[in-house]
Amino acid sequence: MESGIFFESYRQDLTLRRTPAQKIRLALVLAFVLVFPFFADNYYLTLANQIGIAAIGAIGLNILTGFTGQISLGQGGFMAVGAYTAGLLATRWGLPILVTIPLACLTTAAVGAVFGIPSLRLKGLYLAIATLAAQEIILWVVTHWEAVTGGTDALVVPPATLFGLKLGGRGADFRWYWVILAFAIFTTLFAANLFRSRVGRALVAIRDHDIAAEVMGVNLFRYKLLAFATSSFFVGLAGALTAHYRTIVTWERFTIETSISYLAMIIIGGLGSVSGSIYGAAFITLLPAVLNNLGRAFRDVIPGIAGLIPQIQLGVFGGVIILFLIKEPEGIAKLWKDVKDYFRLWPFSY
Amino acid sequence: MAIQALSLRFGGVAALTRVSLEIRRGEILAVIGPNGAGKTSLLNSISGLYRPQEGSIRFFPAPDDEEGVELTRRRPDEIARLGIARTFQNIELFRHMTVLDNLLLGRHIHMRANVLTGGIWWGLAQREEIEHRAVVEEIIDFLEIEPIRRQPVGTLSYGLQKRVELGRALALEPQILLLDEPMAGMNVEEKEDMARFILDINEERGVTVVLIEHDMGVVMDISDRVAVLDFGSKIADGSPQEIRSHPDVIRAYLGQEHA
Ligand SMILES: Nc1ncnc2c1ncn2[C@@H]1O[C@H](COP(=O)(O)OP(=O)(O)OP(=O)(O)O)[C@@H](O)[C@H]1O
Ligand SMILES: [Mg+2]
Repeated sequence: MESGIFFESYRQDLTLRRTPAQKIRLALVLAFVLVFPFFADNYYLTLANQIGIAAIGAIGLNILTGFTGQISLGQGGFMAVGAYTAGLLATRWGLPILVTIPLACLTTAAVGAVFGIPSLRLKGLYLAIATLAAQEIILWVVTHWEAVTGGTDALVVPPATLFGLKLGGRGADFRWYWVILAFAIFTTLFAANLFRSRVGRALVAIRDHDIAAEVMGVNLFRYKLLAFATSSFFVGLAGALTAHYRTIVTWERFTIETSISYLAMIIIGGLGSVSGSIYGAAFITLLPAVLNNLGRAFRDVIPGIAGLIPQIQLGVFGGVIILFLIKEPEGIAKLWKDVKDYFRLWPFSY
Repeated sequence: MAIQALSLRFGGVAALTRVSLEIRRGEILAVIGPNGAGKTSLLNSISGLYRPQEGSIRFFPAPDDEEGVELTRRRPDEIARLGIARTFQNIELFRHMTVLDNLLLGRHIHMRANVLTGGIWWGLAQREEIEHRAVVEEIIDFLEIEPIRRQPVGTLSYGLQKRVELGRALALEPQILLLDEPMAGMNVEEKEDMARFILDINEERGVTVVLIEHDMGVVMDISDRVAVLDFGSKIADGSPQEIRSHPDVIRAYLGQEHA
């Protein structure tokens, strides 16, 4: 049983992981993440990489929707901006990823801020519709601006190199694993830090009560645009990583369906929770894979199940979202916290 | 602060009609009046939430500043930066944030971290969090809310929420503190605590206090001056003794009781 933890100074009190249990858990997770790629085959490495990219995008969306309370259906469109910017810079000018990725992030941040302007007037459902418009406008531009984007044709991105090391080819998944992991850790730490300091606190205050925040000195105009820009920066990062990792960019990857599945990630994982974004990203990425494997395993027991898998996937996807909305609106992050609280008091947990 | 001929209308409703009022440095000014008299509208105009159609509100940040700053065309966050903080009639806290975070948000205008330095944390942001945490802890001590500092505000009792809201306004280190019915709905003991806090804030921190209050006992006890609003007009101001015996004030209040 863990009890009576006191902190000697405010400095200690402000650390992200303070108890011994938290430190041990973090060490275990890190150990797993470092060892995993040496034992995993390509199938699992691909899944891990997809989870990493999705986690970055979900943290980005959560900054805007979960933490600041500005609902966005424009996620797919913003990812497209990041993916196309990075992809085009690499194909047209042959720039290295250490240049294309930051530029893609900044471009997406700027585009996000522009499409965030309606949020100064609109809230809730109306803002959702405005961001839906952003989604559709961006995709329309991408598919119609043929001279630049190549329209509906796929954009083929040359394999990336990093510090003279080729990331593509045989073993690409293994090498990309480390690149994506580094970006995911950066994103996680950045977001966690942001929300234990001044700007993040102001964003959460806007979500809870915008007028009170304004009366306490928060410039709503600046901070709402800042939320859109910061969020889009990381969403653009997810897009740029997708472009380089997949070495192919197509508009179909960035439709409204993408926006919705990212919303599902943060709802299931936990609105306004950085770690929740990661759980949600893992859940939504793994769900179809798990169902697929289950379907294949039961192919002989239940004839015809293979053909039904797509429908089952959709049904489970919808069911899980509804379940979480009703039973645990605070997502997996809250479930996990409850488990930890239970064991904190163990064996006196009644 | 000097308010001059301030008029505010909502469609056909005149919430304020040519109200002129002086708020003197270092005083506790009580604003009283029957329901719907325009008291809250006056505070909302000062803090920039309402846009009066006519008149002016001049704020003099320094004693030797003759010119002053006009508030009527400024945004609420600009007015906060000038050193004017407030509480609301119906508690308006950040319900999902802890007491600590609510108070730390009150430090917003005194802090400097931006997205970049905040995301990086080490260096400026961390140093700043520690520094301002100390300021906030001092306020927590003062308001005697140590045991609840880590609780989300939404889970607290009404009386405690009122206290936290006062703390958040105090964290801004205002020159002028506007309090909209800080004791409404409290029991006698809670009212006494609140009155003591307000007096301490005024005396020890030198903060000018504007206080809307219905409880006449409290008003007479703690205020230096009283201003009376009725149907959007100021009908009197003066010392508590003058106001108590002012014929118009007696009429306004009697009229209300008979209605
Ligand atoms: N946002 C608004 N829109 C329309 N009318 C308003 C608004 N705010 C205030 N009013 C009107 O202005 C008048 C003054 O209201 P106000 O809230 O300032 O009164 P008050 O003196 O604070 O009353 P109370 O003691 O009940 O709090 C009322 O008639 C009210 O209906
Ligand atoms: Mg009122």
